[in-house]
Amino acid sequence: MSRYSIFSLARHSLRGHRDWPRAWRDPEPKPRYDVIVVGGGGHGLATAYYLAKNHGIANVAVLEKGWLGGGNTGRNTTIVRSNYLHMANAQFYEHSLKLWEGLSRDLNYNVMFSQRGVVNLAHSDAQMDAHGRRGNAMRLNGIDAVLLDREAVRAMVPDLDFSPRARFPIYGALLQPRGGTARHDAVAWGYARGADARGVDIIQNCEVTGIKRDGATVIGVETSRGTIMAGKIGLAVAGNTGHVAAMAGLRLPIETHLLQAAVTEPLKPVLDTVVTSGAAHVYVSQSDKGELVFGGDLDFYNSYAQRGNLPAIANFTTALLALFPRFSRLRMLRSWGGVMDMTMDGSPIIGKTPLQNFYIDGGWCYGGFKATPASGWVFAHTIANDQPHKLNEAFTLERFASGHTIDEKGAGPYPGAH
Amino acid sequence: MSRQSFRLAAGGRIDRGRTLDFTFDGRRYQGHAGDSLAAALLANGVRLVGRSFKYHRPRGILSAGPEEPSALVRLRGDARAEPNTRATMIELYDGLAAESQNRFPSLGFDLGAAASLVAPLLPAGFYYKTFMGPKGAWRFYEHFIRRAAGMGRSPEGADPDHYEKRFAHCDVLIVGGGPAGLAAALAAGRSGARVLLLDEMAEPGGALLRERAAFGDVPATEWLVAALGELQTMPEVRLVPRAAAFAYYDHNEIIAVERVADHLAEPPPHVARQVMWQIRARQVVLATGAIERPLVFSNNDRPNVMLAGAARAYVNQYGVAPGIRAVIATNNDSAYATALDLQRAGVEIVAVVDARAASTGDLVQRARQAGIECRFGHAVVAAHGRRCVSGADIVPLGNGDGRLHAETVGCDLLCVSGGWSPTVHLHSQSGGRLVWDETRAAFLPGSSKQAERSAGAVNGHAALVDCVAEGLRAGAAAAQAAGFGNGAPPVPDWPTETTTPLRPLWALPGGPRGKRFVDIQDDVTVADVELAASEGFRSVEHVKRYTTLGMGTDQGKTSNVNGLAILAGIRGEAIPSVGTTTFRPPYTPVTLGNFAGRDIGRHFEPTRRSAMHDWHEAAGAQWVEAGLWLRPSTYPLPGEDIRAAIVRETLAARSRVGLVDVSTLGKIDVQGPDAGEFLDRVYVNGFKALAVGRARYGLMLREDGIVLDDGTTSRLAEQRYLMTTTTANAVRITQHLEFLLQVVWPELRVQIGSVTEQWAAMALAGPLSRAVLERIASIDVGDAALPHMGVREGRVAGAPARIFRISFSGERAYEINVPADYGRLVWEAIMVAGRDRGITAYGTEAMGIMRIEKGHVAGPEFDGNTTAEDLGLGRLVSTKKADFVGRRALSRPAFAEPQRHRLVGFVPVDGRTRLRAGSQIVVDSSIPPPVAMIGRITSVCDSPTLGYPVGLGFLAGGMARKGEVLHALFPLANQWTDVRVADPVFYDPAGERLHG
Amino acid sequence: MLLITCPFCGPRDHVEFTYGGDATLTRPDPATASDADWADYIYLRDNPKGPHLEYWQHHAGCRAWLTVRRDTLTHEITMTAPARKAAGGESGAGEAGR
Repeated sequence: MSRYSIFSLARHSLRGHRDWPRAWRDPEPKPRYDVIVVGGGGHGLATAYYLAKNHGIANVAVLEKGWLGGGNTGRNTTIVRSNYLHMANAQFYEHSLKLWEGLSRDLNYNVMFSQRGVVNLAHSDAQMDAHGRRGNAMRLNGIDAVLLDREAVRAMVPDLDFSPRARFPIYGALLQPRGGTARHDAVAWGYARGADARGVDIIQNCEVTGIKRDGATVIGVETSRGTIMAGKIGLAVAGNTGHVAAMAGLRLPIETHLLQAAVTEPLKPVLDTVVTSGAAHVYVSQSDKGELVFGGDLDFYNSYAQRGNLPAIANFTTALLALFPRFSRLRMLRSWGGVMDMTMDGSPIIGKTPLQNFYIDGGWCYGGFKATPASGWVFAHTIANDQPHKLNEAFTLERFASGHTIDEKGAGPYPGAH
Repeated sequence: MSRQSFRLAAGGRIDRGRTLDFTFDGRRYQGHAGDSLAAALLANGVRLVGRSFKYHRPRGILSAGPEEPSALVRLRGDARAEPNTRATMIELYDGLAAESQNRFPSLGFDLGAAASLVAPLLPAGFYYKTFMGPKGAWRFYEHFIRRAAGMGRSPEGADPDHYEKRFAHCDVLIVGGGPAGLAAALAAGRSGARVLLLDEMAEPGGALLRERAAFGDVPATEWLVAALGELQTMPEVRLVPRAAAFAYYDHNEIIAVERVADHLAEPPPHVARQVMWQIRARQVVLATGAIERPLVFSNNDRPNVMLAGAARAYVNQYGVAPGIRAVIATNNDSAYATALDLQRAGVEIVAVVDARAASTGDLVQRARQAGIECRFGHAVVAAHGRRCVSGADIVPLGNGDGRLHAETVGCDLLCVSGGWSPTVHLHSQSGGRLVWDETRAAFLPGSSKQAERSAGAVNGHAALVDCVAEGLRAGAAAAQAAGFGNGAPPVPDWPTETTTPLRPLWALPGGPRGKRFVDIQDDVTVADVELAASEGFRSVEHVKRYTTLGMGTDQGKTSNVNGLAILAGIRGEAIPSVGTTTFRPPYTPVTLGNFAGRDIGRHFEPTRRSAMHDWHEAAGAQWVEAGLWLRPSTYPLPGEDIRAAIVRETLAARSRVGLVDVSTLGKIDVQGPDAGEFLDRVYVNGFKALAVGRARYGLMLREDGIVLDDGTTSRLAEQRYLMTTTTANAVRITQHLEFLLQVVWPELRVQIGSVTEQWAAMALAGPLSRAVLERIASIDVGDAALPHMGVREGRVAGAPARIFRISFSGERAYEINVPADYGRLVWEAIMVAGRDRGITAYGTEAMGIMRIEKGHVAGPEFDGNTTAEDLGLGRLVSTKKADFVGRRALSRPAFAEPQRHRLVGFVPVDGRTRLRAGSQIVVDSSIPPPVAMIGRITSVCDSPTLGYPVGLGFLAGGMARKGEVLHALFPLANQWTDVRVADPVFYDPAGERLHG
Repeated sequence: MLLITCPFCGPRDHVEFTYGGDATLTRPDPATASDADWADYIYLRDNPKGPHLEYWQHHAGCRAWLTVRRDTLTHEITMTAPARKAAGGESGAGEAGR
């Protein structure tokens, strides 16, 4: 893999940028691999990367039905954080955050990880108490958290509505200083380049249409580009996990839901941190290109359409303006939708399945982007060792039946409520 | 530059009688009513209007419509400022002030242009290849990149304008008021259908306004006047100008934004600035036209390199000559009309440079007859000039890169036409397919998924007569499908013109002449697309994201198809196999204020008030939000400290008598022969055998065994119960019960109804409560007649009332429900009746203190993960009932684990340090993180009754650890306290006060 | 937005309704079902990419719970009917085609 740097940029500029090497190859699928990862998004590519890097397993194929990074990796709102309450989540996402902090150098690809802070607003004493509980838990889990009072929030986000008649009065906020944003496409491309350089075959335009079993053991996949056998198969297709797992005969505690988001036209800097409000059901940040990126609730009906309807967009835009009246005259430039694996407790499913040699990394609800490095890390471990890593021990498929759910919101077995 | 020196002496649709003053970058100019800002600038000879995004190259006006990528200005100032506004879409008004963007210190001298010097280091995606180290460095680089990026500055201050939403239903919705759309409206309107016709511009007519055309012997403008006149006579036809349809959603719903007042300096009082239409149509006709493609050659971004159709618009619609000496570069017939129109306007035509070998089209013949030089088999490969185009290099095609044979001609206007791309966005958004048409080199609308059809230029028709004919047919077909007319409109028999097809010309050869821009706004060049493809970004989505092609504010309207075709050429594949990017709303950028409409400020969501709200307000209440409700938190006396007020209220209720408004709790009326059986299945404890006139605390679970809600449910009659819920869950529980009755147990004979708002509720609490109530109750409320947990109906202060002897505070208490209209009257009567007993109104703070002192669990303890056992209410769970919601899930392993967090009380070991809700409990506070958290504190109060702070919370192992000393940590505030595990019922554990 | 035809009230915008998820499940008999059956009922879903039978309640109108057949890929609605089953109670209205 030829290294990227300002020097290589300069060198190539002298040659008119005509002979940069390919970021990844475009190989034909082989008839068999040691491991097949289904899904060429951030998670699948990260898994392949760490299989090669951490476990020396490079006879791996990543099968992607479209173009790599084209699913939720290319559609999320790029927020990275580890500000979770429950220990299993906190430790997992914190591991991810630590990987994010070194990721650009590790991949030799600038993923533009910007640790600009994530601010969760509180609009009542009760919300401040809830933030206190979560922030204290974060600190005791070794994760950075700061409880801000109203004036401290004003110093960070002066454009919020601090007027006396504000619909969402600012009582304070919970800040994670090390949280922030990253460039979503870059993560997929960086992992793809790194995995490819280590010998992983990335096969695009290859849709899995069937899963081959020999009794309770999974042995291969049927695809739009032929049959491919494998020693182990891992699914990283969040949004479509239920649909693909059904090919193996599995039913999952997942409903596929629709989440929309939008961006404004690009502006000079106007928001320097990530701001979220649980009560207002909205979150917003500003991309490095200058666009405000914002979103909120699901559409609240099952959907695989990757496009939604007006009410969800109107709701989160209205909420944005309730917090930031000043943004009223800005214009929405694009909107889009993604497919979310919403689980019955709002937490992911990473681990083994009742079928031998078959593993799932899914159920990410709308939080999968920040998990990209850690999910790849632990999923590679799980596949390589046929055992979960300590960090994904709790995210089993069995936890629902046994009652060991990990429910941050306390919303219960109603996927749309998480 | 003298005033309006490029304004033609006559012609155009502007009102020359009304001269308007405006400023651009502080300089004053004049224009006329009917001008766009772009037209007025061109009339004054202003061609340099902006700087490009990355390289800060000088940019001018490319188009005459919404597809404009370059002429972006900041319109107005202060609170009404709007960055990134297309000058081609701004209707000029008197006093208009606009500024160019993305330049410092000025448009003419922009330091940002230095970026061009390092351009070789800035190809597409350069930022992925560098800025990686040292650790944390990205934040440093980002600081500068963010300032260089972004186009406009966001406005200061709150938006002074408001926005409205409106809803419409129609039989036929027509998007686009050009020839096809107007024709469709005529046909549909004549059939009697209800028609809504939207046009994006101020004046409908579309191409009819921009072209000099005729239908047979009739000038097209005459046809336009007649059509509009006829539409005016139809009562079921409505034409909405300045309305851009931007989204096509499910089930034939189309959303549009109408720019009601943007053409004025400011909206008149009480008039919305913009209105968002939500339209549900039986049938839709998309007559959205087509957008011209520029040609891709070196320095094709210079100011006054303009789309050929735009040049015609400036001449014919605005009466402006965009230049004095023009070259027209084209690959199709339509641009010859530009040569003719410019010549008529007195512009010198150097030549039409046509990439085709020949054309027999009528327009071409007319151009020749007018003496215009037509150079076939040639193309422009480079433009010269910097702040304005000054010349063009013309080469014969088929000669390599033509280096040896280039001829440079001077010009100050270079019109380009690479063909037309139908505006298929809404068709695609609706789920319709696209089909590549090889002859027209364009994506046309293919099969429809919803009830829509396309007509006119969007369907590939170049000739206006064809657009009208197809519009008539489409309008009639839509009307017929909606149940009106027979779908066979008379179509005029106008002569058509001969045309010769275009020759696809996606990019001219490059070389040292300069960059060839594909996306003019985002500075994406052919070299960038080649680079992306060579690095493996070969799908159109990858190319778009890697190079940012099509991601500017113009959404790629003049660049997407060129980019796609260039990519196909690089890949050596046919264009259809490369595909197209997905079309998603909005079709054109939409002001955010429209999505909120009037739901701004306090109107974001309704505010719910109890019947006694005004009394509380007058009494000086502090307010707290409980969901949408406002509740008094405390009633401080003038000058009284908040804490002192809360203490006063608490002590008053515990020692004398207090009154609190509890109207917000959910109330559900449950009636029917099976009402008791139903409640038995909903709650963990029993209600079927509850005696009439008795109340009972009820706990209900979710089907997964977790506590869902609690309340007090009373039996009012043999077949009638009144259930209460928490405030927060009132709506949800009602829906839950309705689901159970309609879906799960439809055989039960039960009716329910929410009566939360119908009853005002107040709790009279304290040792003197009965004494006060006796004075105003019509019935006997003595202990024999109304024992604890009893319910009686009667009158209180003359109003019909239900009296529930239940207590949340732990004191003797009566909850009085009266019909809401009587709420204030009865409240006031109670306050009067209790005056000599020292009655005190109290709010949620005092109420909270009292319930914490009594160990009653409430909101903070219900976090959606606690079981009845966790809450210390396991004894309530019936072991006898055959079924209730959640029962089967209780036996799961996780619920039986001994280290589950169970309800306990906490007291500070030193007896005085205040506890904090949100504290985490650990065994050993000296262990550094990560450390195991074995519990938490959920509710706290500094108890005035007990004289020391207490708290409720949860602890692994629960009350088995009573007496243990642990540590409550609040690291966020660097606080920690030693606490002792205690019984959560701190006050009156025997419950004697209830009978006091 | 989605247009749902309530059998009682006619075609209404979907914001008048509350989504209730999969309507193919039947609450198992608490007396005879195994723990595994019960857990399946609470947690497992078919989650099809295609026609989906689901619950919606017309909360802003007649308060009826409905079963609706809607395609989760195209959002096309092909059937709405009262959820109350014939075995249990009367519905007062038949199926609506859209």
